[in-house]
Amino acid sequence: MSLDLVQMILATVLAAATPLIIAALGELVAERAGVLNLGVEGMMVCGAALGFAAAVETGSTLAGALAGIGAGMALAALFGVLTVGLAANQVASGLALTILGLGLSGLAGAGYVGLKREPAPHLAVPGLSDLPGVGRLLFGQDGFVYAALALAVAVSWFLWRTRAGLILRAIGDDAAATHSLGLPVRGVRFLAVLFGGGCAGLAGSYLSLAYTPFWTPAMTAGRGWIALALVVFASWRPARVVGGAVLFGGATVLQLHAQASGIGLPGQLLSALPYLATILALVLLSLGRRRGGSLAPAALGRDFTPHR
Amino acid sequence: MRLDLVPRGHRSPVVEALSPALAFLAAVLVGGVAVSLLGVSPAAAFSVYFIAPLSELWSLQEIAIKAAPLALIATGLAFCYRANLWNIGAEGQFVVGGLAGGMVAIATHGSTGATFWILPAMLAAGTLAGIAYAMIPALLRVKLGVSEILTSLMLVYVAELLLDYMARGPLRDPAGFNFPQSVTFDDAARLPSLMEGDTLHAGVLVTLAAVGLAVVVLGRSLFGFEMRVVGASPRAARFAGFGAERLTLAAFAISGGAAGLAGIVEVAGRIGQLQPTISPGYGFTAIIVAFLGRLSPVGILVAALVIALTTIGGEAAQIDLRLPLDLTRAFQGLLLGLVLGADVLTRFKVRLVPGAAR
Amino acid sequence: MKRTTLSACLGALLLLAGPARAEDKLKVGFVYVGPVADYGYSFQHDLSRKALEQALPGKVETTFLENVPEADSERAIEKLARSGMGLIFTTSFGFMEPTLKVARKFPKVKFEHATGYKRAPNVSTYSARFYEGRYVCGKIAAKLSKTGTVGYIASFPIPEVVSGINAFMLGAQSVNPNLKLKIVWVNTWFDPGKEAEAAKALLAQGADILSQHTDSAAPLQEAEKQGKLAFGQSSDQYRFAPKAQLTSIVDDWNGYVIHEAKAVMDGSWASHDTWGGIKDGMVVLAPFTNMPADVKAMAEETVKDIASGKVQPFAGPVAKQDGTVAVKAGETAPDPMILGMNWYVKGIDDKLPQ
Repeated sequence: MSLDLVQMILATVLAAATPLIIAALGELVAERAGVLNLGVEGMMVCGAALGFAAAVETGSTLAGALAGIGAGMALAALFGVLTVGLAANQVASGLALTILGLGLSGLAGAGYVGLKREPAPHLAVPGLSDLPGVGRLLFGQDGFVYAALALAVAVSWFLWRTRAGLILRAIGDDAAATHSLGLPVRGVRFLAVLFGGGCAGLAGSYLSLAYTPFWTPAMTAGRGWIALALVVFASWRPARVVGGAVLFGGATVLQLHAQASGIGLPGQLLSALPYLATILALVLLSLGRRRGGSLAPAALGRDFTPHR
Repeated sequence: MRLDLVPRGHRSPVVEALSPALAFLAAVLVGGVAVSLLGVSPAAAFSVYFIAPLSELWSLQEIAIKAAPLALIATGLAFCYRANLWNIGAEGQFVVGGLAGGMVAIATHGSTGATFWILPAMLAAGTLAGIAYAMIPALLRVKLGVSEILTSLMLVYVAELLLDYMARGPLRDPAGFNFPQSVTFDDAARLPSLMEGDTLHAGVLVTLAAVGLAVVVLGRSLFGFEMRVVGASPRAARFAGFGAERLTLAAFAISGGAAGLAGIVEVAGRIGQLQPTISPGYGFTAIIVAFLGRLSPVGILVAALVIALTTIGGEAAQIDLRLPLDLTRAFQGLLLGLVLGADVLTRFKVRLVPGAAR
Repeated sequence: MKRTTLSACLGALLLLAGPARAEDKLKVGFVYVGPVADYGYSFQHDLSRKALEQALPGKVETTFLENVPEADSERAIEKLARSGMGLIFTTSFGFMEPTLKVARKFPKVKFEHATGYKRAPNVSTYSARFYEGRYVCGKIAAKLSKTGTVGYIASFPIPEVVSGINAFMLGAQSVNPNLKLKIVWVNTWFDPGKEAEAAKALLAQGADILSQHTDSAAPLQEAEKQGKLAFGQSSDQYRFAPKAQLTSIVDDWNGYVIHEAKAVMDGSWASHDTWGGIKDGMVVLAPFTNMPADVKAMAEETVKDIASGKVQPFAGPVAKQDGTVAVKAGETAPDPMILGMNWYVKGIDDKLPQ
């Protein structure tokens, strides 16, 4: 395999991992605060629809990305009111959000079917982007890719290096105790849910603005669900989200490459590889660590109502 | 201003019945506005959506058939969710159940002689396959501490691809020009119709039996009690000597078995052959049904019927009023959200309190 | 209430509300497996619905159900039959058994099932010889490929897709016997992201022209992004990739749908099987673009020859991968062989999933 082919594969893997990373990081923050939002797919697909619509109307990719974030946040706000404000069941509300998001995205995107835009521009640093072997990979991606990686660093820093992050994690572990310390449990949870929605929306807009720059119904094709699984896979740690997304994206891309070079195995088996690889990796990881004690935020999925 | 939720001392049956009705009303109002924006009379839409499907024998049967797998799967899932176990892979267990049961039908296709055992064998095979498939995430959780959320979800995709492979490959109809579907099952491998020449099949009875059984088990037995305790407080359960491992496996077996049974019922009832896909997402929708039904078997039955009604009403709205499917979906999502939100009224009194949000 | 009473009451209601409507307009229903906004297969079928309304204004009334899952389609089809439709198009292979089942219950309603093979007195089948278009594409690709490698994004190993791959390869071999075809099965009709990833993989492995048998425009766009060439699918997707699309195999159902509706109206409708190709206007090649004049002339010539019958994509000699003869010299493959194709022609370097 030539160096260029390796670079091209790695660049494809990174691009395939980007929407997963962005959406999973958002969900990670929400779950760290104790809120399980299964509506990622719905928020993502709305982000894709509204992101594309806004970008077409304004001609600006940035405006599209912002609209995608806004769409994700709007849906997340609805979810937040239900689950954080009214203590509705999180699992069911999240699934309802997915259905709502699929419907709304179809309605909002109806006028934009069949339009195309130029994909979001890729970085081009004279000299650096042309370096053999690594130039395109390191210095030739679009803005979303760098944003995803920066987001991973930022989320990691926020959760473990700031007081606010500490509070957020504490709330996710024991909402009642943090409440009795006078911390704004519901406020923090709501903001965390909003952040998750914004990220999901951004991830969706990446799909419709950069990855496959057009809008078409249900174009997220299940990526929101994969993002959800990645959060669990990563045992709620941002760096592992990146690792997991690259593993998953890598398995997907490599099986396609294996087919292109004529491997001759059933396509269904190869398509199942990313899922099997994820399970296997998780099993191996768990073999390596001590038994007992779940890594999940202890209060995950449990509603909280302050009362005297 | 902030919203405070004050727990109700005891649940009021009036409020419990009223809250979903209130949510329904709110959803219909919002839906009515949306529909009139599209230039359709809200009254006509309401009638097509909710009244017409309930006033024809045919659509009533369709609602029952559509609700049956949802209720069956959700009833099984209720065992898991009560024990705070997150089996979200019922879709995969459904598919595997349909596949395994369907393989029995295909293997015995065209057999002469005694055929009375085929259908029971299919149902058993489907149930067992669902149980076996659910055991993968259950055992991984119990033995290795691997999160069942991830494994059960990933296994959905694996199951779908497995069925896809089987239906297009080894199991396809030899006389079917290599098209991706199996033979159509013999009558001995089909669930009988309940009404001559009609849609309603015996699968509905399977669901009703399962729901009845679940009422007894969850409400009256020590097992049901243990399950609730484990879900509410794993430590207390350990203290009481309930084996968490055993309960985890049992809950997964029940939900997997129910999903697998639903899968083969769907294949032997409605579809009558194996195809690359056999589920329009029943396993996922059932999760909503389980929670809408407040994890109680009877509630689940009602919730499944409501979901089935909105699906069938949505199709009627597409045909009769040309309302886009996306509008139906958005409406479904909204309705579900509102019902879930209104549920809060059954548990809490909502008070507006002056002061900052906390 | 006992069930019998209930049934009786509802039965009475049905009688009152049911078939009392005047039969002045023909109601035509369509069932789509995807969203009409997919800009591919379902979209193209919906164009024919609109064309029907335009062709027979005031005489027909059309309606459709989109996104109907194949495993849950019986109810959707029956609902259409019960809504007074006189003619119902079920447009996906997976609707075959449900269509037949509903057709038995509604003998007066005419059904048209696309891409299946089972018929009944009131069920016709129709499909298009997409492979004819693929033969033309193969010739173009062989002419234009500089690397001698062409990528093919395939959905599912069903005969329609396999015969398309074979026709493409036979067309290519008629120009360049050494052309290499790299095939990737994505196991989906529609997932823009995955289709784009497959396109990237194929381009990275040396393909400079892409052909696809999936529904989204993503592979075309990927080719455009990388300055490569590609063929569209189902509809003319030029607008998505004006610098990359060579042509597109367009399904044109308009003529057929209008013809069948007229036949129902004048009472001449009878169950039949239609397998139309370029000659019948059912398979149309979008304008040839992004190619030199001589290649364009060759492509147009080939289209003409296929229409006139001078060129048959599966004219012998055709050898299977292992060298055994599938079609003898001087003969052409019979339709059943093409319809059920589950083998590759010689020269394809991939193992067909069985």
